[in-house]
Amino acid sequence: MNAIVRQLTGLRDWVDDRFPLMKLWNEHLAQYYAPKNFNFWYYFGVLSLVVFVIQILTGVWLVMNYKPDAAEAFASVEYIMRDVEWGWLIRYMHSTGASAFFVVVYLHMFRALIYGSYQKPRELLWILGMLLYLSLMAEAFMGYLLPWGQMSFWGAQVIISLFGAIPFVGEALSTLIRGDYVVSDITLNRFFSLHVIALPFAIAGLVVLHIIALHEVGSNNPDGVDIKKHKGPDGKPLDGIPFHPYYTVKDSVGIVVFLMLFSMVVFFAPEMGGYFLEANNFIPADPLKTPLHIAPVWYFTPFYSILRANTVNFLWLDAKLWGVVFMGLGVMVLFLLPWLDKSRVRSIRYRGKVYKTALTIFVVSFLILGYLGILPPTPGRTLVAQICTVLYFLFFLLMPIYTRLDKTLPVPDRVTH
Amino acid sequence: MRRLILSLLISLAAPFVLASSAEGPKLLNANVDLSDKTGLQNGAKLFLNYCVSCHSASYMRYNRIAADLGIPEDQLKANLMFTTDKVGDPIKVAMRPEDAEQWFGINPPDLSVTARSRGADWIYSYLLSFYADPSRPTGVNNPYLPGAAMPHVLWELQGIKKAVYHTVKDEAGHESQALSHLEPGTPGKLSEVDYQKEMRDLVAFMVYLGEPAKLVRYQLGVKVLLFLSILLVAVYLMKREFWKDVH
Repeated sequence: MNAIVRQLTGLRDWVDDRFPLMKLWNEHLAQYYAPKNFNFWYYFGVLSLVVFVIQILTGVWLVMNYKPDAAEAFASVEYIMRDVEWGWLIRYMHSTGASAFFVVVYLHMFRALIYGSYQKPRELLWILGMLLYLSLMAEAFMGYLLPWGQMSFWGAQVIISLFGAIPFVGEALSTLIRGDYVVSDITLNRFFSLHVIALPFAIAGLVVLHIIALHEVGSNNPDGVDIKKHKGPDGKPLDGIPFHPYYTVKDSVGIVVFLMLFSMVVFFAPEMGGYFLEANNFIPADPLKTPLHIAPVWYFTPFYSILRANTVNFLWLDAKLWGVVFMGLGVMVLFLLPWLDKSRVRSIRYRGKVYKTALTIFVVSFLILGYLGILPPTPGRTLVAQICTVLYFLFFLLMPIYTRLDKTLPVPDRVTH
Repeated sequence: MRRLILSLLISLAAPFVLASSAEGPKLLNANVDLSDKTGLQNGAKLFLNYCVSCHSASYMRYNRIAADLGIPEDQLKANLMFTTDKVGDPIKVAMRPEDAEQWFGINPPDLSVTARSRGADWIYSYLLSFYADPSRPTGVNNPYLPGAAMPHVLWELQGIKKAVYHTVKDEAGHESQALSHLEPGTPGKLSEVDYQKEMRDLVAFMVYLGEPAKLVRYQLGVKVLLFLSILLVAVYLMKREFWKDVH
């Protein structure tokens, strides 16, 4: 036994002389001090990483049997579902993983909103996170084309043609994206390439940057207080605990709970009532038959609603173009959050009624927009979507004003329990 | 139990009531049971005898059905395979697509995943609701797919129903004839209840055909969740132990 330990230690030291192994281990795990008061909302960062790993692993095995060819793609997915050993499980984990990714990422972003995690000095951390969110959207959008069902095809057709609304260069731009005048085999091939190589690479790189930036500035916490202000005689934050082993074991509990919920969907409701896998996507793509109702997958519907809510031609510009502009702004405005928020406190625990009300209105509008994006539009629904779109943007536009006016509570010196 | 009785009552009464909604008439409840192996075997027999003359199920292999449903291979070859003699072949049709297009005006769709795109209830409702309509080239029509190109292949089992019309007024006050409900017409070999049972088996088979993994994924899911629950207890105890000294 002792001989084995000695040998392993020897190996570690051999590596350590040639690579900063222990330095990395200590900086990011064993001697990274995280606030001790993390709550429920602090699981979703690590869960995003777990889902990313699930997507990469299942993706690798899917690619072994998937054929990126308009004539064979649909059949190859059914081949995976039937003839490949455990293919159905791998595929359902991947399709459920796509939705799960957005669930945990949206909750992770909401955590940042309620605890002010994007505020100084974490602006760059937030921007890197937003870039991750954008890459994830692109990754999901391109992946959705690959099964080559009716919704894959027409969803891509509708979204890519949106670029056509841009004046002068629009048509050329959408042709450039498709590589063809309609969504075709060429589009499928390039989306496949981007989905399995370029974007996963970008996401992996951004994840590394996101974590480096986080460990540079340190984690925020539900009280929004800076734990580095109070250090013990040993130079370690009094309210901090080493990430490993404390948060590795705590996160393990969260990961197992997440895997249980994930398994419930994978094994008992992989279609999730049509929200994760749409019924129409079990019909092979047919460029000659437009489905009556084309809706994007649930994670894009809030922005799709904003797009459709623009129904007025305004300032020489077409309503469709305004829709595209506002949909883009709806995502991009999030980048500005660190500079729009003028509050003196971070956490919602010490903010006043004004911010709490604004945040509630924002979340409710976002959820309503998401719900309406699934449904076909009616005049009544469009009106509701228009109201919610205005509320969505007002949350950001008025933020510099109401966060200044808000009566905040005194922030404690140390973290509370 | 109450739900079962209710759904039974509905499924008995429903073929005669066509409550229309915006998306077409209301669907009947297929209520399929994938744990009923005999029913699935019966469904396979119906499917391979009646449907496969025109429809393919090209993502599914014959021997997979035999293995999943416990049908011996000699029986499969003797009674269920009409388009090929290789048990590992997928279910294809003998009819050429060009011919199909000429005879029916449309190439009959592949049925491998129809239960997933249309849903079990839709297929069940469709199969129960053919009625005589002399204006159609096939002599029949169907409220669930008006103008369907498909003839009533199962007419010898079900017989052919008669449509009863009623007058409706649209918003502008124009009167027109609309389908009200179906009533028994020419009787078939089977009683209405027996035919419904057969169709339930056929639809159950099509649900299986749409996703063969459905036969195993629920059981596997229970095992996975059991394992994760035990793991959760272990991991939680470990977390509690480590966190004892955090105050």
